[in-house]
Amino acid sequence: MADFASSLFSSRNLRRSLPWLVIVVAALVLPAVLPPFRLNLLGRFLSLGIVALGVDLIWGYTGMLSLGQGIFFALGGYALGMYLQLDSLEPGQLPEFFGLYGVKGLPAFWQPFSSPVFTLFAVWVIPALVAGLLGYLVFRNRIKGVYFSILTQAALLVFFNFFNGQQKLINGTNGLKTDTAHIFGILVGSDGMQRNLFWVTVVLVIGAWFLCRWLTTGRFGDALVAIRDDEPRLRFTGYNPTAYKTLVFAVAGALAGVSGALYTVQSGIVSPQFMAVPFSIEMVIWVAVGGRGTLIGAILGAVLINYAKSLISEQLPETWLFIQGGLFLLVVTALPDGLVGWWRQGGPGRLLAMVVLPQRSLTYPALDLDPEVQAEHSQFDTQGSESQGSKGGPR
Amino acid sequence: MDLLYETLFNGLAIGSVLVLAALGLAVVFGLMGVINMAHGELMMLGAYTTFVVQNIFKAVVPEALFPIYILVAIPLAFVVSGLVGLLLEKTVIRRLYGRPLETLLATWGVSLILQQFVRSVSSAFALGLLVTVVGGLLIPRLTPKAWWHQRWTPLLGSGSWIGSGLVGIVVASVLGQQRVLDQPWFSARNIDVTAPTWLRGSIDVGAVNMPTARLFIIALTAIALIGVTWFLQKSVWGIRIRAVTQNRSMSSCLGIPTEKVDALTFLIGSGLAGVAGVAVTLLGSVGPNLGGNYIVDCFMVVVLGGVGKLAGTVLAALGIGVLSYLIGSGSLLLVWPAMPAGLNELITFFATTSMAKVLVFALIVVFLQVRPAGLFPQKGRMVEA
Repeated sequence: MADFASSLFSSRNLRRSLPWLVIVVAALVLPAVLPPFRLNLLGRFLSLGIVALGVDLIWGYTGMLSLGQGIFFALGGYALGMYLQLDSLEPGQLPEFFGLYGVKGLPAFWQPFSSPVFTLFAVWVIPALVAGLLGYLVFRNRIKGVYFSILTQAALLVFFNFFNGQQKLINGTNGLKTDTAHIFGILVGSDGMQRNLFWVTVVLVIGAWFLCRWLTTGRFGDALVAIRDDEPRLRFTGYNPTAYKTLVFAVAGALAGVSGALYTVQSGIVSPQFMAVPFSIEMVIWVAVGGRGTLIGAILGAVLINYAKSLISEQLPETWLFIQGGLFLLVVTALPDGLVGWWRQGGPGRLLAMVVLPQRSLTYPALDLDPEVQAEHSQFDTQGSESQGSKGGPR
Repeated sequence: MDLLYETLFNGLAIGSVLVLAALGLAVVFGLMGVINMAHGELMMLGAYTTFVVQNIFKAVVPEALFPIYILVAIPLAFVVSGLVGLLLEKTVIRRLYGRPLETLLATWGVSLILQQFVRSVSSAFALGLLVTVVGGLLIPRLTPKAWWHQRWTPLLGSGSWIGSGLVGIVVASVLGQQRVLDQPWFSARNIDVTAPTWLRGSIDVGAVNMPTARLFIIALTAIALIGVTWFLQKSVWGIRIRAVTQNRSMSSCLGIPTEKVDALTFLIGSGLAGVAGVAVTLLGSVGPNLGGNYIVDCFMVVVLGGVGKLAGTVLAALGIGVLSYLIGSGSLLLVWPAMPAGLNELITFFATTSMAKVLVFALIVVFLQVRPAGLFPQKGRMVEA
């Protein structure tokens, strides 16, 4: 018993278990502390963390910048939205909006969504299939890099226009409302249900993190990184990058679908705006700020940026676009590995060393303090500054 | 038959705006491999330049000269957008050379900033911005030489930007107390450019009705195309640009100043976006979101046309423009009434502007299955570009 206790609190185990302890405590305490509105926001942003994990998988690890994750996000949202629309109806009734457009019968593709089991799978299988198909068509032709980004963006626009224009099939631009629907007899928009959804979100975020961790460590993850760093070499070694890329793109699509479903029930509506072009690019910036190639960074980035966005948009709505634009510029020029990458590479220490802490000596301190050596150093420095000075200013 | 010609003419007009818009993008992409997400916003700057020129003509210049304002606006829009593009290249894109995806994100950031800038710029705002930029650029140069070799020297640049940014915000908010200085110049609303009278009529050829404004756009596109082609084929710098496009390192070895070529190309590409912006004002009212409406279409033109050949860009743009117009306006059905029933139903389903885009993009993706590198791929023996 004593052994167990001591091993539990030994520094290594403590360091490992402490983050989990914090997460569990936070998940239990936050719903009691935060007002329902803030809790709902946090839940939404956490669910965006899942789509960010997907973006990190395909961009941070595999090096494919998709600007169309909104498609899969929205497909997941629509799948759940359709189920909720149907679930709260009496038998034989149609969702209200169909009446507006004079639709008499339920369109065929709505039928399966009355089944909860089907919906539970549809939320992630449909986006994964669409992503897999789209990815296969693109990767098969070895279209990559910027071309891939542009094509995903075009696909996004195609889906947006389709969902936006089809009132009779999917209520067009108005989207599907979910907050007045019921799950298990409880109103989706009610505070109690939102608290439950928050916990579901926390569990699923952790689950998605484990999935991504499992994928990125080991041989599969090595192959992904190899595709990012040198795809031709991987192909010449006898691997087939197309299969890996298609698979990882489908996984990212599935994650986006789950995320979209969670976001939908917590924000109360799914609409074609989920497929707006800027939103999908924003997903990339969450990952970039948090740290591409680090899983925790993706989640952190999604939560931090969205919280900042909602706070700033409340106070100074005009400045948010400036800040967001500035973030894009800052991250790509100054912080290529994001906040988490900067932290792991000892960035804070280096920053402190520049300002406050004494510089660590590279040789023996006694040697540095030697007056003769110092004299030489200062001579060297002035020479250096003259030659530098002619170039006109510090870099 | 006349209906067919009229439809084709309108499609051609839409297509030539797309040619103009995509031309600059394609030249830059061919040379530097950089997709400029802010290209649409450079178009928007061109449109707003037209608006400003029109207002100046209304206020200052004698009325007799008003009809020619649009001819003044074209070179001016080229210069404004070109200079902004040059600034973008010198400050951001140069640092990201060889990292196309990062460049894409950075230019997207620039596009957001430009959009919001147009919405909220007022005199106070502009002065604050001026203070920020001047401070950020000058402070590092004015500091004592002794500061240049401290361990905190790397922070000097960012520190001075942050500091002068704060000063700029204070200046803007203090000046913003004055009602006059706080008025936004354009605000978020759409602006309307009144076309001069000679562009408002139409010409009838046979029974085909051709609005003058659209003829003007087609002519403008043709002139721009001829100009760019001449420049790339005949002028010294054009030949240098083509050389760098084909083989950057070899050109550099032979003494071509690649950095200057990059800057020049970006200037020209951005300037062409400005000219496209002028053309767009003739089609309807324009707003800060103008760029978003065109940018994805332009990307598709670049993807479909392939890099390195202007002909590909022109063909792709005209193709996309004419096809979207034909399907989207529903005039395909009028032109060809005896269409088979199945096809008829399909075309009717896609007969709105946005649904036509769905069909055209789907067709492009199908086409890329056959020709992955676009209409006119670059030939070479490289394993991977």
